[in-house]
Amino acid sequence: MNFNSLVDQAIDNTICTSVPLFGPELVICVTIFVLLATRVLPLVEKIDAFYLALIGLFVALCIPFGGQPWRMLASSDEFARVEIFSGMLVYDGFTVFMRGILLVFAILLLLLVRLSKVFDRRDGTDIYTLLLGATLGLSLMASANHLLMIFLAVEMASVPSYVLAGMRKDRRLSSEAALKYSIYGAGTAGIMLYGISLVAGVTNTLHLPTVATRLATMWPELSVEQTYVLALGGLMIMIGLAFKLSAVPFHFWCPDVFEGASAEVNAFLSVASKAAALALLVRVVIGVGVIPSTADHSTVALAHVPPAVETTFLNVSDEQPGEPSNGIRGVASGPSRAGPAGLRNFMGLLIAVIAAVTCTFGNLAAYGQRNINRLLAYSTIAHAGYMMMAVPPVVAMTSQNIDGAEKAVAALAMYMVIYLFMNLGAFSIVAILRDQLGSEEIADYAGLIRRSPGISICFAVILFSLVGIPPLAGFIGKFAIFAALVDGWKVSGHGYLMALLIVGGINTAVSLFYYLRVVRVIAIDPEPENRRSSEGSLVSRVQFGYVLLVTIPVVFFFFQWDWLSQLARAATTHLLS
Amino acid sequence: MENPLLLFSLIIFAPALGALVLAFVPKDKPDIIRLFTLFVTILVLVLTILMAIPGQLPVSFDLSVDTMQGASQVSWIPTFNIDYFLGADGISFPLVILTTLVTMLAMGASWSITKHVKGYCILFLLLETGMLGVFLALDFFLFYVFWEVMLLPMYFLIGIWGGPRKEYAAIKFFLYTLFGSVLMLVAILMLYFSSDLTAQGMEAEQLVAAKIVPLQEGSTPELALEAWIDAGKGLAVEYAEKMNDPAQPIHTFNILALQQMGQHTDLFGGQLWGCSIQCWAFVLLFIGFAIKIPVVPMHTWLPDAHVEAPTPISMILAGVLLKMGGYGIIRICYPICPEAGFELRYWVCAIGVISMVYGAFAALAQKDFKRLVAYSSVSHMGYVVLGLGVWSASAGNLYNSDYWNMGIQGAMFQMIAHGISSAGMFFLVGVLYDRVHHRNLDEFGGIYGKMPLYTGLCIVIFFAALGLPGLCGFIGEIFVVLSVWKFSTTLAVISAAVVILTAAYILWVIQRVYLGAEYKGPHEEALTPMNLREVSIAIPLVVLAILFGVFPGILLQYMDPTIDRQVQELVAWQKREKPGELGSTQSDRSPNDTAVSVGVSSPDQHPDLDMTDQQLSLFKRSSPDHQFISESP
Repeated sequence: MNFNSLVDQAIDNTICTSVPLFGPELVICVTIFVLLATRVLPLVEKIDAFYLALIGLFVALCIPFGGQPWRMLASSDEFARVEIFSGMLVYDGFTVFMRGILLVFAILLLLLVRLSKVFDRRDGTDIYTLLLGATLGLSLMASANHLLMIFLAVEMASVPSYVLAGMRKDRRLSSEAALKYSIYGAGTAGIMLYGISLVAGVTNTLHLPTVATRLATMWPELSVEQTYVLALGGLMIMIGLAFKLSAVPFHFWCPDVFEGASAEVNAFLSVASKAAALALLVRVVIGVGVIPSTADHSTVALAHVPPAVETTFLNVSDEQPGEPSNGIRGVASGPSRAGPAGLRNFMGLLIAVIAAVTCTFGNLAAYGQRNINRLLAYSTIAHAGYMMMAVPPVVAMTSQNIDGAEKAVAALAMYMVIYLFMNLGAFSIVAILRDQLGSEEIADYAGLIRRSPGISICFAVILFSLVGIPPLAGFIGKFAIFAALVDGWKVSGHGYLMALLIVGGINTAVSLFYYLRVVRVIAIDPEPENRRSSEGSLVSRVQFGYVLLVTIPVVFFFFQWDWLSQLARAATTHLLS
Repeated sequence: MENPLLLFSLIIFAPALGALVLAFVPKDKPDIIRLFTLFVTILVLVLTILMAIPGQLPVSFDLSVDTMQGASQVSWIPTFNIDYFLGADGISFPLVILTTLVTMLAMGASWSITKHVKGYCILFLLLETGMLGVFLALDFFLFYVFWEVMLLPMYFLIGIWGGPRKEYAAIKFFLYTLFGSVLMLVAILMLYFSSDLTAQGMEAEQLVAAKIVPLQEGSTPELALEAWIDAGKGLAVEYAEKMNDPAQPIHTFNILALQQMGQHTDLFGGQLWGCSIQCWAFVLLFIGFAIKIPVVPMHTWLPDAHVEAPTPISMILAGVLLKMGGYGIIRICYPICPEAGFELRYWVCAIGVISMVYGAFAALAQKDFKRLVAYSSVSHMGYVVLGLGVWSASAGNLYNSDYWNMGIQGAMFQMIAHGISSAGMFFLVGVLYDRVHHRNLDEFGGIYGKMPLYTGLCIVIFFAALGLPGLCGFIGEIFVVLSVWKFSTTLAVISAAVVILTAAYILWVIQRVYLGAEYKGPHEEALTPMNLREVSIAIPLVVLAILFGVFPGILLQYMDPTIDRQVQELVAWQKREKPGELGSTQSDRSPNDTAVSVGVSSPDQHPDLDMTDQQLSLFKRSSPDHQFISESP
């Protein structure tokens, strides 16, 4: 096979297979260019960038299904795993699902930025551009299949986030937040890159499924030094992910950034950024812990590219032309496709410990907070812990019960959807109240229920949902993840999953206290004398309507969560197979 | 209304609908809001009472049926096999009526609430929905949801309308209960993932008993199962697919099915950290329920919550919420985890007795009237735990379950009786507090002279709590105490002695508050006789206290068949799984054991444990009610 035919096949693969599946990202790219043009070109300057961004996001959301996004539910079979761009990215149900979440969130956030008054119109254009850019990066994170791509996607999502954190130019705290965030982010990104290079050094590849197969073949005769290097590399990659997840002990940026940045940006950092980081964590864990099946490879290959080309092409990208491709197949054809047990246990335990510590620390540290943004920052740290709890059962179940492992990822996916509405709701209320009260201190919310009962009840609903009390959707998310833990324990027999469940359960009870404190201040404390004495509610109707729009799903999903569960299940059906 | 599910749903959600309607009523019309709320609670009470009277509604409670009645379900969350599954039996139905009654009376007592009446009434009605849902739910997930739904309104009702330390009391209540329910959630998930409808031991008969397979009149379980699979609706499809494949379990939240699995399969026998799943589930569930009951040492939220809560909320808290713990233990802990219940029976009983003693001593030491009544609740609910735990059937006494049966009857009766007497006590204390605005026992005295009718009603209710024969408290206490003799003499002696302590603190209270020359405390001028509203709330409670004391059969006839069946099933399990293990200590069976004979108990209680085996089997054969015991060799 000469070089020319290889290039031809690569081009063919890119244009026929990859680009159509990459449509939404391309639409976002185009929208970003248009948005940038509105700041530069005098002709289009008159157009409100808000509408351009909104149209762009809507098109991106509808394009994969021919304008019918709800078809997602019906056609999980369409989302068989396909590697696109020569294995750099992976396209499957989970990619589509995560992209859907990110786009829906971006649309809702766009509306919030429009409704709240902290950014003027010129700033607005910048915000929209940065939001779209970050969303693009996050979307790549959720579909990354290559260690280099992981690094690129994380950086692509992080850089706009640093700028977003510093967007409140009138506040020194905001600049401090941006600086802290970017220094921290740069540091962890560097560590992660180093970890990637270590893993690549041992396995001679960056392509995740190939890493898994190589590790499986190498595992029995791995030398001690190699094990150390691998473990170190794994830990360093984990540090990069932990930073994005704000997992303990890489969470220090989170409260400070949240206090300095505006609530709208906080909503973005806490929901979109975290959801993508979790998706990436799942990708890495599955990518390293599960050997891709040959059957799957060949069906995909039959449908899209000749099998020989794909494997060879991968090897070229790995700079390992001499490696015979049958080495990969040999391992994969065994009865269990799970990676080495030692490796999986290491990953499972590591993530379980980080999840337990993160969750506990977040909940305990939230106790003393007086600023609502800081409180919610610790709350998001705790929730990242809860969500990470879904990952150890995935790892534990891969060897025995692929179905169970996929259900565990589905639990995480459900949690993400619910978490999106809960946290967006919380931060939108904080943003709207900030505009009216000029304060983000919890104490200034005293007696709010007398003045604006509607928004106060919505806030209470969201906070109770964050605790996870039925009949609110937050409970569903926790229930699904806890169920995954028990299922994982029943299937694999690992006692640490039950320990994790108990940690999660006790944390739920512990977290009640600080959420309830906010509700108490709003509902029970008397109204301060010096509040502006103007009659009537503090929020406009449109703002209240928006809050209601975000709060209703928090109640609704509790009663109709079968729909959500099926959606999440459809998204994860082909994740491991 | 032909469909029982509709009727049950109406009973549960009528208050919630009422709350929705109230949300649109302007808040400056407090009287309309109160009357409307009262109307809704009366409506629900009437519905439940009509159900109790045969022939009044298309769906009524049948006294002769010992299984779940009106059990019907619709699928809610198919991915987790969660159903909207409701039903009532002799254990839950009396508690449902108690709930609707106490709620209605508490609403009557709510006229003293003048702050934010609209919010109060909305939360009050939502609370009623949660409480009724707990008693009627047969799906574990649904049960858990209703259990938690109750918490939010309760938190606000204490936290907004409570006394000086309301916030502390409200959050303490919330934290304790949430902690308990989180443990419960862990246990629920453990049981759910261990369960399997297609397991060995879950045969046609068990599936029929779990109300999964509908049984037509005159059919056999096997035929019904076939017909159900052939019909191919809902779960049947999945069942037909997986029935022969042990690798594909069908998990379930159906409480009745879990009961069958606990008793007929070893699905819950898996190990975790050296104990069986059953054992963990029992302990976790028991802690969750024990916090609600509450038993010592998880009781400390109760005095605070009671003292700070407004009077009507105290009535509901003591009258209904505490019963949920007992209900959970009898409905869930024992039938689902019989092995753990059997192994831990002494612990359960000991916890009950400790609560009784501790509560009584603590009540003796109180200076605050409401706190005293709160501690008396701890003491009285100890009887419930003790009665439920007296698993006295053993190989040694030929699996005679009569005493355990009696203990459970006593516990159930005690729950209803305590619901009446404690709601009455909290209401009457509230009446006094509304007048003089203090509850300091040392400053009372001479109330009799000022308010003779009030004092008379108080004395009846307090004596009912004391357990005076002829009043409702007596039946439950005597049943429980008598049943313990066959189980453990030590515990029986202690629990019998608690009656003296109870008499001490109640008589002392009566002496300090009502008797004496004249009232010398603050607000003497405010001591006016009860008004019509107050009298009409107190009278039903007093009447019921006397009625159930004189004719306990009225209540027992509802409970007996179900309790009999449950006890016999559990003892049958014991015979199968634990042959030869002695359930009670030998020393308890002294030859001169005095005969226990309680006329008001069910007619088939025979004090005959000390006959020879031959005599016993002869005797039992003559009694058709005891076919089960006559099977013994």
